[in-house]
Amino acid sequence: MKRSWSIDRKFWPLLITVSLFVLLYIYGIIQYRGFSSPQVFFNLLVDNAFLMITSIGMTFVILSGGIDLSVGAVIAFTGVLSAWLLNHFGLSPAIVIPLMLLMGVVFGATMGAIIEFFKVQPFIVTLAGMFFARGMSFVISTQAQTISDPFYRTIGLYRIHLWGKSFISANVVIVAIVLIAAIYLAHFTRFGRTVYAIGGNEQSALLMGLPVRRTKILIYTLNGFCSTLAGVVFSIYMLSGHGLYVSGLELDAIASVVIGGTQLTGGVGYVIGTVFGVLIQGLIQTIIMFQGTLSSWWTKIAVGALTLIFIGVQSIIYSSKRKRMASAQRVATATTTAPAAPATAGD
Amino acid sequence: MQTNELLVMQGIHKTFPGVHALAAVDFTLRAGEIHALMGENGAGKSTLIKVLTGVEHHDAGHILLNGSEINAKSPHHAQSLGISTVYQEVNLCTNLSVAENILLGREPRRAGSIDWGAMNARARELLTWLDVDVDVRRSVGEYPVAVQQMVAISRALDIDAKVLILDEPTSSLTTLETEKLFAVLRRLKEQGIGIIFITHFLNQVYAVADRITVLRNGKLVGTYDAKALPRYQLVELMIGRELEELEDLGGLKKHFEPAPGQAPVLEAKNLGQVGTLEPLNIKLYAGEVLGMAGLLGSGRTETANLLFGVDDADSGTLAVGGKVEPNPGPLASIQRGLGYCPEDRKADGVVGALTVRENIVLALQASRGWFNYLDPRKQTEIANKMIQMLQISTPGPEQLMKNLSGGNQQKVILARWLATEPDVLILDEPTRGIDVGTKAEIQKLVLSLANEGKGCIFISSELDEVLRTSHRVMIMRDRKLVAELQGEDMNEQSIMEAIAGTGVSTEDTAAAAPQHAVAAGSAR
Amino acid sequence: MNDNTGWWARLRRTGIFWPLVALSLVFLFNLIFSPQFFRLEIKDGHLFGSLVDVLNRGSPLMLVAIGMTAVIATAGVDLSVGAVIAISAATVTVLIGSVTGESQTPMWIAILAALGASLLAGAWNGLLVSRARIQPMVATLVLMVAGRGIAQLITNGQIITIYYEPFFFIGGGYLLGLPFPVFIVAGVFAFAWFMTRRTAIGLFIESVGTNASSSFHSGINEKNIKLVIYAFCGLCAGFAGLIISSNLKSADANNAGLQIELDGILAVVIGGTLMSGGRFSLAGSILGALLVQSVSTTIYSLGVPPEVVQVVKAVVVLTVVLLYSDVVKNGLDKLSQRQGVPS
Repeated sequence: MKRSWSIDRKFWPLLITVSLFVLLYIYGIIQYRGFSSPQVFFNLLVDNAFLMITSIGMTFVILSGGIDLSVGAVIAFTGVLSAWLLNHFGLSPAIVIPLMLLMGVVFGATMGAIIEFFKVQPFIVTLAGMFFARGMSFVISTQAQTISDPFYRTIGLYRIHLWGKSFISANVVIVAIVLIAAIYLAHFTRFGRTVYAIGGNEQSALLMGLPVRRTKILIYTLNGFCSTLAGVVFSIYMLSGHGLYVSGLELDAIASVVIGGTQLTGGVGYVIGTVFGVLIQGLIQTIIMFQGTLSSWWTKIAVGALTLIFIGVQSIIYSSKRKRMASAQRVATATTTAPAAPATAGD
Repeated sequence: MQTNELLVMQGIHKTFPGVHALAAVDFTLRAGEIHALMGENGAGKSTLIKVLTGVEHHDAGHILLNGSEINAKSPHHAQSLGISTVYQEVNLCTNLSVAENILLGREPRRAGSIDWGAMNARARELLTWLDVDVDVRRSVGEYPVAVQQMVAISRALDIDAKVLILDEPTSSLTTLETEKLFAVLRRLKEQGIGIIFITHFLNQVYAVADRITVLRNGKLVGTYDAKALPRYQLVELMIGRELEELEDLGGLKKHFEPAPGQAPVLEAKNLGQVGTLEPLNIKLYAGEVLGMAGLLGSGRTETANLLFGVDDADSGTLAVGGKVEPNPGPLASIQRGLGYCPEDRKADGVVGALTVRENIVLALQASRGWFNYLDPRKQTEIANKMIQMLQISTPGPEQLMKNLSGGNQQKVILARWLATEPDVLILDEPTRGIDVGTKAEIQKLVLSLANEGKGCIFISSELDEVLRTSHRVMIMRDRKLVAELQGEDMNEQSIMEAIAGTGVSTEDTAAAAPQHAVAAGSAR
Repeated sequence: MNDNTGWWARLRRTGIFWPLVALSLVFLFNLIFSPQFFRLEIKDGHLFGSLVDVLNRGSPLMLVAIGMTAVIATAGVDLSVGAVIAISAATVTVLIGSVTGESQTPMWIAILAALGASLLAGAWNGLLVSRARIQPMVATLVLMVAGRGIAQLITNGQIITIYYEPFFFIGGGYLLGLPFPVFIVAGVFAFAWFMTRRTAIGLFIESVGTNASSSFHSGINEKNIKLVIYAFCGLCAGFAGLIISSNLKSADANNAGLQIELDGILAVVIGGTLMSGGRFSLAGSILGALLVQSVSTTIYSLGVPPEVVQVVKAVVVLTVVLLYSDVVKNGLDKLSQRQGVPS
């Protein structure tokens, strides 16, 4: 029964993702001068830190078979609200940042509770959440607001030098912490395993006596937290807040998760895959930038297309797996019935 | 009275709207026995199990476990009481590892985080005891159903089960796997666990069960020692006879014999699908009712699905009115003059949010296409005609389908097909879950349709019903056509013997089946 | 009122009763707080006033609501309507061009091209949903975002302003004293109504949306129905895009039809079509769209900043969806049963 030589099929999408990243990177190095500079890679991390954090949160949502369309709007709202609180009330970042994170927790928990208690499709609840958060940003300010708080500026402009001239920002450190925490959460806690179980088969999870309801609300709470954290990181990165920022980011986050090998229907996937999903998107953007003549709008189209391709690849891997199981069962039943007949006849 | 009674269910009643699913059912399970629960679809087996495991709640009666009354609120609660179930469609999370599926919710932890080493070791230990050698770190979905079943059993054992319920566990296992499962069951029995075993494979019941309880139509037929109950008698107990409850069919059933040179209206040659149905031959003549008997899972519904093009056959041909068409979908089948009442009325037949009128014209309209719209007045006319003809009890054609009783819904679906004026009507369990009066009406209808010159295939698990309506009977067993009987050969005993696989040698009938005409000749 | 068979009872049973009540409440509110809402004037033979304004401004939403109704009835959803509006607007303006007084392409070709592009976009959604079996929400989300990218490509990232007078008639012209967009809505509505109520398509949509398996067993080609419906929804958004670009005399790929998805869903849900699919009411959705538009107009006329409107709408959508949810419905049923016992 042991087939240790073969790779479990659940790793395939992840392998495809990592290979795609490596191939794209090699392509960039061959094609464009200056692409091989390590800073190109580190800029992927610096420029996409906020996307990584929110995509990691989204990974849990999608692993459980749900969806959250509100993340982009929440990031924008966090930026606007913190800029407003910092600028107009002179509040200390020590108050503003925890406040933002608390808001994310409350916002996510509310959406999760509505989804769970009223049995409403997640997309409609989070779509309303998205419009609510975007609207609130404009209620606070229709203009972009610059953040002049010294703490934000210091953190935002701080460079952590690695070797040579390459550097990363403080935000990347936050991403690293979030990533480690998320991997621990996903693989070493009951909460994480319950998320996987719900995504695999919610009915079974219920029959196994797992706390399905509580976990689902917690997933949206966690994602609310991640999107406000991403919002904080984003405002540190941009040093300004505006309701129009990061429009359409929900697709970027969902795309990162799907390109990262997580199955859209839930149950299969890895947090680390999502990181590569983000990196691939960043890489596409960088290549388009290096190319110079292509419009940056190709990024959105390429990401959309890639998402669909990955959904397609997943369904092929998934359905061939099912077919294989089905044919195995057919053979099995054929062999059951054949010897059974004479046995009964002789009775 | 034995003293080692582990589980006692007394006078269990359960009603669903319009159906008395369980009526005063008693059931006793001893510690250290394997108890087979038998009965056809709708007999009440699954309701009894659902009541026991807390999926449903009984209206009256008592359940005692080790002498004290229990009332499981949920499957999880039942589990914590010591009652575990392994379902037919194994309820595992196939995306998770073997070890997790055994220990999810009870994972060994160290300083708050899951101790994977201890977890895998514990899982390995449990599976080794069951004599299963797998890599517990791999996804359960990578393993065949037999292993999944063992994983589910391990989970039950780790929760310290006293009662283990196995719901159709062998329906997708090989002989070898089944043997292995039985060996495990015998070992569990020695440990003093009571096992309730549900299956429709008769030989397996006799291979492993100590006692047999038979249910029929929500009532207890009896509990018997397996050794003292001959196989033939078991089939009779399961299928039963309801003749006295039904009124006479009033001479509607006439002798039928195809006219010399008459071409069959439907002819299947070697029609089959790998794994679900072995290739079979069917000839159906206009004016004939062809019954199809067999236990659940014997291939009846699979045959119907292939005939109507719901599934694509991978071998053989199907001619309707002499014309062969490869892989027709339902639409093409309707246009060729077929009609099909599927087995699962609720999932595949009823369109609840639409009106009775719309449900009736649905197939007719589908066959006419998108733009050849039936005038609403014409629709109402057809609906009214059908309501009158089939005596559908509804306030009117604009009543919503979901507000009708099961029997009337079934009549509406029959009406849907009659409206298309088909040449051949395939009816899969058209009388299931329907009161006796409506049953008789539907049987009469089938016969009068045949008298009008339509061909009918009538599938039913109630033998008695098949005998009353059919001119000829095909008998299915183990996804195979095993016999075809007519005339004087067609009686309760011969059919039951064929279903049970006793009496007639399997090989003979299988060989004779294709040559229907020859068999018919020899019968006379 | 014992008149159970009269028009009143019949009206109460139809799906459009509640939207009508809500619309009346909004009108009543205006009657009390801002009576000028009802003032109608005739200037240069054209009708002016807030009511006409609601009809005029609400036209794109009504068009989107018509398409969205059909999609939601098949148990799907289309989040890409706003992006399709942007594509349509971008196509038509690019083809007409920014030259004063003349069009680079014959106007009818530009219009047909815009509608064709929208139809294609919708058909693409339909293919993904019906053939590739991707959840409608995800399939259309891809176009919701990528579609704006496509619109940007068409306009080359510019906000294109047009100066071709005849094109302005589509969004700003008057016919028989009424704004021209109203006639477009009427035309599309009549077409949709005819197609769904005078052919079998409406029956098939409702059947597929209620029980896809039963429909398949009855010979209905569920895939083709879905494909056609999504394509039609794209076409409706295309018409809306024409009106919007003509009104603004420009195409802004970023902002044309922004966030109209939620308004469209809101209009459909208010109109009595369930998010879970099945029965639908085109007239109800039109009323729903008018309701959404009059609420917006009313809030604007009270001097509330437009930003707040969006927040209010989000809350309203959620409330309406919750009111229609099974949990609340069952709860209300139980309440009314309990009250019904003593009487």
